[in-house]
Amino acid sequence: MTRTLSFRDALNEAIVQEMDRDPNVFVFGLDVPDHKRIFGSTKGLVERFGKERCFGTPLSEEAMTGMALGAAISGLRPIHVHIRVDFLLLAMNQLLNMVSNFRYLSGGTLEVPLVIRAIIGRGWGQGAQHSKSLQSVFAHVPGLKVVMPTTPNDAKGLLISAIRDDNPVVFLEHRWLYDVSGEVTCGEDGIPLSKTNVLRRGKDATVVATSWMNVEALKAAEILSREGVEVEVVDPRTIAPLDDGPIIESCARTGHCVVADYDWSFCGFGAELAARIMEKCWGKLRSPVSRVGFAHVPCPTTRCLESEFYPNAVTIIRVIEKKLGLKEMDLSGESFYTWESRFRGPF
Amino acid sequence: MSDRDLALYRKMQLIRRAEEKIQERYSENEMKTPVHLCIGQEAVVVGVLDALSPEDQVLGTYRSHGIYLARTNDPRSFFAEIYGRSSAHARGRAGSMHLASPAHGFLGTSAVVGTTIPLALGAAFANQRRKNGRTAAAIFGDGAIDEGVFWESLNYACLARLPVLFVCEDNGLAIHSPAEERHGYDSIEAIVERFRCHVARSDSTDPAVLSDLTREAISKQRETGQPAFLHFRCYRYVEHVGIAEDFDAGYRTRASFEEWKKRDPIQLVRRRLLEGGVERKTVDQIDQEIERELESAIALAKKAPFPPASDLEKDVFA
Ligand SMILES: Cc1ncc(C[n+]2csc(CCOP(=O)(O)OP(=O)(O)O)c2C)c(N)n1
Ligand SMILES: [Mg+2]
Repeated sequence: MTRTLSFRDALNEAIVQEMDRDPNVFVFGLDVPDHKRIFGSTKGLVERFGKERCFGTPLSEEAMTGMALGAAISGLRPIHVHIRVDFLLLAMNQLLNMVSNFRYLSGGTLEVPLVIRAIIGRGWGQGAQHSKSLQSVFAHVPGLKVVMPTTPNDAKGLLISAIRDDNPVVFLEHRWLYDVSGEVTCGEDGIPLSKTNVLRRGKDATVVATSWMNVEALKAAEILSREGVEVEVVDPRTIAPLDDGPIIESCARTGHCVVADYDWSFCGFGAELAARIMEKCWGKLRSPVSRVGFAHVPCPTTRCLESEFYPNAVTIIRVIEKKLGLKEMDLSGESFYTWESRFRGPF
Repeated sequence: MSDRDLALYRKMQLIRRAEEKIQERYSENEMKTPVHLCIGQEAVVVGVLDALSPEDQVLGTYRSHGIYLARTNDPRSFFAEIYGRSSAHARGRAGSMHLASPAHGFLGTSAVVGTTIPLALGAAFANQRRKNGRTAAAIFGDGAIDEGVFWESLNYACLARLPVLFVCEDNGLAIHSPAEERHGYDSIEAIVERFRCHVARSDSTDPAVLSDLTREAISKQRETGQPAFLHFRCYRYVEHVGIAEDFDAGYRTRASFEEWKKRDPIQLVRRRLLEGGVERKTVDQIDQEIERELESAIALAKKAPFPPASDLEKDVFA
């Protein structure tokens, strides 16, 4: 059945469905059951499943992550929620020293079915400590799966799979995507992790984008298409373990690739993609792989600098024009940031 | 009484002799793993585990040879792990510092101080959900109480009334740094008592005493729903990591060792057994059995194959 759902409702549906299905699933974290319900994504849970399966915690990110690990190896399936990925940094000790390697060090006898949801990205003047993404930091460490849904359909389908996965999954949700609506077609079984998805077909250039950058890439593709340039937009959806097959196939076919990762470029996931594409498409590339990402500075608050900090559809268009030797289009009549102009604070 | 003492003696002696065998053979350079020996401290782990039922979960640290041997009674897999062989439970991935045996309720250890404490909360949370009456024990050193995660975990366990046993195995040292140089307070018990938590402390080296205190703590925990904190003092006979004595290093005196040695946990129980009428032959027989078991475990481990290179990339994910 196809329905239109917002990203937040899609997340909520996935959690409700899995909590209904499996009594071992529980959701916890700072502010999870308060009246704001993590931007609405945990609404209705405490009413439906009770405080035993949906509860708030003290501000103790490390201990709560360790508790989640202890519960996971004891057969429960925790979903630990962080309203900002920046706060998850306090649990990096657990995540990188414990959660990621517990199974391996046990000789494969333990399973760690643990989902860590964290909200990432730009909001509304969020500044340097409420806006990070950090997917490459998590993906750098063996033993963690890292998922970044873009569409409501993926939000639901991938979260279902993350909850059913017997491994630790870091699930990164962009704040702006929460209000995006889209068709949700995925069934009860969800959408498998580690399956790269082509969001738009095109023959002239490939944009590999993560999270919100897919929204920007689709906008760029739409504008360029009016000029006769067909851009393929490829969304890995799962950063680790990465399904690079469709990415390589696309880049080899178009010969031009832009990697638009929603993060700092330096030492980032975009660099990993660029390296793989170079290794595997060598000889078929007609221009060097280009990277688009955040400016390499802490995120500033004031809007004018914030807008410089983040790349967008225009950035992607300009890079593609250069690669293809086109002259710069006049974009003055285009409306960008349509979503951003709708986003109001305070958070 | 003597049956219990015999069992306690056996466990402690198994641990002591296993670690002494490590000392004897370490220079062969075949055990390629840093070892943190618990020689001198055996009463704590043996006493606490004696009070727990086999279904109760335990978490330890990098200094957990004692927990492994007491829980599994399996020196073969122990030495296989120390020698990095594929016949070991973790097929050599764990080495000395990451021992575990989930099948025996020994859920895990860690070489990063304090990190396993909150895992006990998770196990306890699962127990609470299942109403299975089990207790989860985190056994950690006195260094771990310097870490924030200890206080976070204590706070949450008290708040959520989790059936957790916090066991601080206090050898007075974090590597070479004594408590006086690390603590801005005098008594950890006085502080923990302010939480909704049962507290017990002991300087005893008698595992029976520590077992009784642990049992008492567990029954109070069951009655009231409050977790318990046990502060048990002990003395580490050898260096922090490695096999040698280090009384010349200057951070502690041989005299302090001699003081504790008078109360050596194994000698203490052995004396009590003999004084209580158990024949020397019976005790010697235990020693000989342990000797045979350990020698055969070591011989087997040395003969066991190493894991193949193809093992490297297995088990990162389920
Ligand atoms: C978080 C962390 N900091 C520092 C170290 C280095 N280190 C290893 S053991 C140790 C001392 C810990 O002392 P304690 O908890 O009392 O345990 P013990 O070794 O005495 O059994 C330290 C500081 C570490 N492993 N982890
Ligand atoms: Mg110590």
